[in-house]
Amino acid sequence: MHQALSAAISIGFFGLAYAMVLYLISVGLSVTLGLMGVVNLAHGAFAMFGGYAVTELMARAGLPFWAALIAGVVLVAAGGAVLERVLYRRLYGGDELDQVLLTIGLVFMSLAAARFGFGTLDQVFHPPPALAGTITIAGRSFPTYRSFLILSGAALVALLWLGLDRTRFGAMLRAAVDNPRMAEAVGIDTGRLFAVSFALGSGLAALGGGLGAEILPISPAYPVQYLVDFLTVVAVGGAGSIRGPFLAALLLGISQTAFLYFWPASGSFFIDALTLGLLMWRPRGLVPAA
Amino acid sequence: MRRFAILLAAAGAALGLTFAAPAWAKTIRIGIITTYSGPLAPPGISMDRGLTLYAKLHAKDLPKGVKVRIIRRDDTGIAPATAKRLAQELVTRDHVQFLAGSVYSPDALAIAPLATEAKVPFVVMNAAAADLVRKSPYVVRDSFTLWQVAMPMGEWAAKHGMGDAYTAVSDYAPGWDAEGGFIAGIKAAGGKIVGSVRFPLNNPDFAPVLQRIKDLHPHTLFIFVPGGPQSTQMMKTFNALGLAKAGIHLVTTQDLVIDSELPKMGNIPLGVVSSGTYQEASKRPANRAFVAAFQKAYPGSIPDFPAMQGWDGMAMIFRVIRQTGGTFAPAQAMAILSHYSTTNSPRGPFHIDPATRDVVENVYIRRVEKLKNGQLANVRFDTFPMVSDPWAKMHPQK
Amino acid sequence: MIAADPVAALAARHRWRWPEALPWLAAVAAFFLFPGYLALGAQILASILYGLSIDLVLGYGGIVTLGQAAFFGTGAYTAGLLAAHGMGAPEPGLIAAGLAAAALGALSGLAVLRLSGLAQLMATLMVAAMLQSAADKASAITGGADGLQNMAVGKVLGLFAFGLYGRTAYLYALAVLFLCFLGMRALVHSPFGRSLVGMRENAARMTALGAPVFARRLIAYTIAAGMAGISGALYAQSTGFVAPDSLGFDRSGNILVMLLLGGIGRLYGAFIGVPLFMVAQDRLSDLDPAYWYFWIGLGLVLMVRFARGGILGLAARIRRE
Repeated sequence: MHQALSAAISIGFFGLAYAMVLYLISVGLSVTLGLMGVVNLAHGAFAMFGGYAVTELMARAGLPFWAALIAGVVLVAAGGAVLERVLYRRLYGGDELDQVLLTIGLVFMSLAAARFGFGTLDQVFHPPPALAGTITIAGRSFPTYRSFLILSGAALVALLWLGLDRTRFGAMLRAAVDNPRMAEAVGIDTGRLFAVSFALGSGLAALGGGLGAEILPISPAYPVQYLVDFLTVVAVGGAGSIRGPFLAALLLGISQTAFLYFWPASGSFFIDALTLGLLMWRPRGLVPAA
Repeated sequence: MRRFAILLAAAGAALGLTFAAPAWAKTIRIGIITTYSGPLAPPGISMDRGLTLYAKLHAKDLPKGVKVRIIRRDDTGIAPATAKRLAQELVTRDHVQFLAGSVYSPDALAIAPLATEAKVPFVVMNAAAADLVRKSPYVVRDSFTLWQVAMPMGEWAAKHGMGDAYTAVSDYAPGWDAEGGFIAGIKAAGGKIVGSVRFPLNNPDFAPVLQRIKDLHPHTLFIFVPGGPQSTQMMKTFNALGLAKAGIHLVTTQDLVIDSELPKMGNIPLGVVSSGTYQEASKRPANRAFVAAFQKAYPGSIPDFPAMQGWDGMAMIFRVIRQTGGTFAPAQAMAILSHYSTTNSPRGPFHIDPATRDVVENVYIRRVEKLKNGQLANVRFDTFPMVSDPWAKMHPQK
Repeated sequence: MIAADPVAALAARHRWRWPEALPWLAAVAAFFLFPGYLALGAQILASILYGLSIDLVLGYGGIVTLGQAAFFGTGAYTAGLLAAHGMGAPEPGLIAAGLAAAALGALSGLAVLRLSGLAQLMATLMVAAMLQSAADKASAITGGADGLQNMAVGKVLGLFAFGLYGRTAYLYALAVLFLCFLGMRALVHSPFGRSLVGMRENAARMTALGAPVFARRLIAYTIAAGMAGISGALYAQSTGFVAPDSLGFDRSGNILVMLLLGGIGRLYGAFIGVPLFMVAQDRLSDLDPAYWYFWIGLGLVLMVRFARGGILGLAARIRRE
């Protein structure tokens, strides 16, 4: 009994930390897909550059963790806004194949740029001293950084949901996802809305990449290596949905952790089977958007 | 008549020249297939540095008129299909007389049958799966097998109060070998295994695996991961989860505490006991000379066991060239390679067993300590002399 | 303008035109011109067949797939396992591989084709990923990450052994590609092929017209899976090796890029995109591969901006102007 409880606590803890990272990165992907109808295969690159910004600014420029994280988010969000203007804009509502080609092209360019700039190795991420080591809660020790990850992830998710529920921008975004033509008819500037949401999604991805650098190590292969996980979260959760991907991230994060905990060597097969089953059961996702 | 004689002389000279050309500009082509890019590249780059350095420093020792050309190919990591294609191209396009390199066993296993087909000696400079030497009579290995390194670790652990152990290894052939060797060693010395786990090779996060071990709380934990960036990742997670603080004793092979990764680990690995074939900190004169040359050629980098194996592998190839004057049949080269013996490697003495074409060498038990200059290093404190691969003995070839 | 005689118009489309002989002439010429590169050549020819299978699924069927490697790898492992267990004759191995992959295609198609959009894309990906994990784990059968050892591939027609230099492999792959291409060409020009295009353009209308959309798509998916399987078998037999990467994401993704580069839904896209991509990759592999990825990425982005429809699409537009 004691062992089962201890296993459940461990799986819940690590699963939750992983789920937070998955969700922060994937929610932007869900928005671009639901709102603009773009399958952005290059979404992982935003998370990767967020991760590089954190590790490089800490290691080379000596910035503290917080400053590096914020700088990374701002840089990537700005980069996302520029790319939206120059490239993505032309894809809205367009041919799926063009989207695949363009975004795969961006993936290739980003991984080449990352190799050129930072080498081929995994970045070594050292949490700030205040968050290193372990803390003891109720007689059990937990890694401090991951505890922080769960708390800050929960706070960010709450902030995001509250923001989308309560602000004017959130209302416009929801309206545009539900019915873009109607939204335009009632005077919402969808062009600006798209640009802002794209930048927001890229920034959140960078935040997830930076915060999660300990769980998903940053390397040039990142945009390809974890793409399937991000796409899974969106497809299972429901493209265009804000809350569905959170549910999917929890499901995926906890089940992957459980397999790694009990049967690490054969986990991926069952995770993929589970995903396929969920897709067949709910083709539009667990929480379909509108 | 005279004009005819001059013509004849000129023709003779020309003929002589064309025939003589190979003699004074003979080039031995060596095809290196190792990992130069991707997340698994560091041991490959290290190996390349070791072998390149040897070739550079010893070019003067080659027979007069013989040169060596090294042709490098990148297998990009554990990618056996790529490795095999590259080996085929090196043989058919570049006509190499030696194949060499291979950090990862799956790649070497794919190259082996091609070495047989093309009759090209293949000097394995790291890949450690035990059965590799049996896959082709043209394979010779100067590195180690994981049975060879892990079994002494198991014996040592059992004899030093660490007889209740849990094993955790990467799920591929060398991982299975490390697990098998360690378990055989610990059992032979009267210890026992309380549990074993294998985790995926390309695992982004070791935390759930290590957390389960922490929850089970064995006395001793044996870990194997391929030496390189994963070593640092594993040690950091081991520390972040507080396994040492919980009283779990870590023993491992040289891969987890590979010399070149130690500077990235902070103070985390202090005190970790491991078994290995080479330590950079060894005071043996041959090693000090090797380390000095290496750091002069590649400032700021630390030679590790793949670098040493690249160096020694090239020394073996150079011996073939020197003993034959640069003209040799593949069988002749194999005979020299598989009888190779030296007392002067940076690792200490080693030789190749002609029956198996596999390496026989000392296995050292080392501990990570802080040197006077403040840097961490693996320091030897016990030796298992001249160990040969135990797997081969336990599984005689039918 | 409406063709005066629709039958004649259709027949004209079916008729062979002289530029269609060019790829085959080039392939035969390459055999004599580049004797050191025939092993690569054989892989290019096998990949063209693989590209044709994607063209059938995506270009004609309109089914977005990121998991075609499931069929490529199934074919490769079928041929590989047969050869490793004493049944190394290449031709039966090829047929068995095609049938095994087609069976898997029919089976997974029943599930995958019920979905659309992102869910479909993910489902194709998951099928391939599951097979890859299985091949990785079943090391007693497949050799796991080490790949399948001890393949003993027999002689083509009982006469020609696969040598180190790839001469047999090249001609064998060329012959198989040619036969498969004839089949594919006939298929896309047939009423069945035209109805596939109709479904791609407007599935609802085709359903209203009474066309059995699901069944026809399933047939196309199955045939394409068989072609991918044959291509995988060609790879396995000519290299004498199979590893789990034959089922991997890269194998599914790269071929898509190659085909899109050449031009999709045009039958000849694979003949342009595949050699271009693979030869460039081979030539540039001595340089830092980082550069290679950057330029191919930039090329793709520019193509979407300026040359939609790939190289063949661009050529068609230039000719029209």
